[in-house]
Amino acid sequence: MKYLSEYRDPKVARGLLAEIKRTVTRRWVLMEVCGGQTHTIVKQGLDELLGDAVEMVHGPGCPVCVTPLEQIDKALALASRPDVIFTSFGDMLRVPGSDCDLLAVRARGGSVRIVYSPLDALELARKNPDKEVVFFAVGFETTAPANAMAVWRAKELGVKNFSVLVSHVTVPPAMVALLDAPDNRVQGFLAAGHVCTIMGWTEYEPIAAKYKVPIVVTGFEPLDILEGMLLAVHQLEEGRHEVENQYVRSVRRDGNQPAQDLVSQVFELVDRNWRGIGPIPRSGLGVRPEFAEFDAERRFALAGIRTTEPAVCRAGDVLRGVLKPFDCPAFGTECTPEHPLGAPMVSSEGACAAYYNYGRFRSAV
Amino acid sequence: MCLGIPGRIMEVHDTQGLPMGVVDFGGVRREVCLAYVADQVRVGDYAIVHVGFAIAKVDEEEAKRTFDILREMSQLDELKWMEGLAS
Repeated sequence: MKYLSEYRDPKVARGLLAEIKRTVTRRWVLMEVCGGQTHTIVKQGLDELLGDAVEMVHGPGCPVCVTPLEQIDKALALASRPDVIFTSFGDMLRVPGSDCDLLAVRARGGSVRIVYSPLDALELARKNPDKEVVFFAVGFETTAPANAMAVWRAKELGVKNFSVLVSHVTVPPAMVALLDAPDNRVQGFLAAGHVCTIMGWTEYEPIAAKYKVPIVVTGFEPLDILEGMLLAVHQLEEGRHEVENQYVRSVRRDGNQPAQDLVSQVFELVDRNWRGIGPIPRSGLGVRPEFAEFDAERRFALAGIRTTEPAVCRAGDVLRGVLKPFDCPAFGTECTPEHPLGAPMVSSEGACAAYYNYGRFRSAV
Repeated sequence: MCLGIPGRIMEVHDTQGLPMGVVDFGGVRREVCLAYVADQVRVGDYAIVHVGFAIAKVDEEEAKRTFDILREMSQLDELKWMEGLAS
């Protein structure tokens, strides 16, 4: 129980933990979808504190981790071009491609710049009319409205030297793919709070009903997560399978309508390959034909990229919740945050990096 | 990456037709797009901001509490990008 003293409110945390343990009559398997939640769970040792009551399986909700290798390789190819300024969120720079990462391209003279917002990338394009500025548009539903706005504004302002390399993914199809897998063990989900701030939770209602799994929209703080777990195990014990909202402070049933509207004007649903998981039908967003001139894949010839993953890395099994990071033979030896082989070791939201940074080198249970 | 950071809206303005504003995140200020919350927020309100876009309005108490917790949880990556970059 060493971690409990670190909580702002250890009494409430202890109370929630006790109630979870009192509620369960068997061990339930829950998945937290979001990488931010994985970080909280592992940092605070919530999974260890739960003991036999609940097993937490870590979900694929880390955009850095699931961006497919071919998109990383396309980013590397674009960033290497002398006429391109390649822009990206900071956490994509160390994601390994087939033979290097964006930092290595920058070291060789490629122009790679970190931006905080996609609108900063658009501004960079306006200030550098003699260069092509490409923005690496990755992320889940939370980030899509920002990236959609950058494309929308580029068209509105007539910026001709701006484009986006899109690798957007959406949560519900990934949950369905996991539930359809023959080796699935997940019995309930904690859905990602800020994804639902944008999207609301109506998309989850048919999933909860069809697969008979409770889905609890949950925040990112330790007490949020414990509360989300408690709501989920109550449902499981009572044989209910509904969508519940723990994160009422930020999420409404219908989400943020203006944001959803702009996303659907700029992007359309496409099939998307998920790194480590494989192709999932209609699980990604791509640029609509009306905005084709801002799609980097249409603007630049990027065909003929051949990808290779390191054979020893088991990131795919970790992302599907089949293996824990310490079950991978490369974990903590060949693969560390300083020299990552797989994407989940790169981002602080990746399960492998969280396990490494918080000293999880073996199973505690 | 989906984490938003709460901040206080210090200024609201229009940039070539786009609702924008200046938001203060525990002393770090930067330009933020308000288009997705434009009908809900005014100067002095708090909002959750993700990659330069306000995505939801929150009350002051919630904003301050969340900011402190994110700092303790070392989940202020976005703020680090912001501080490290000229806006």
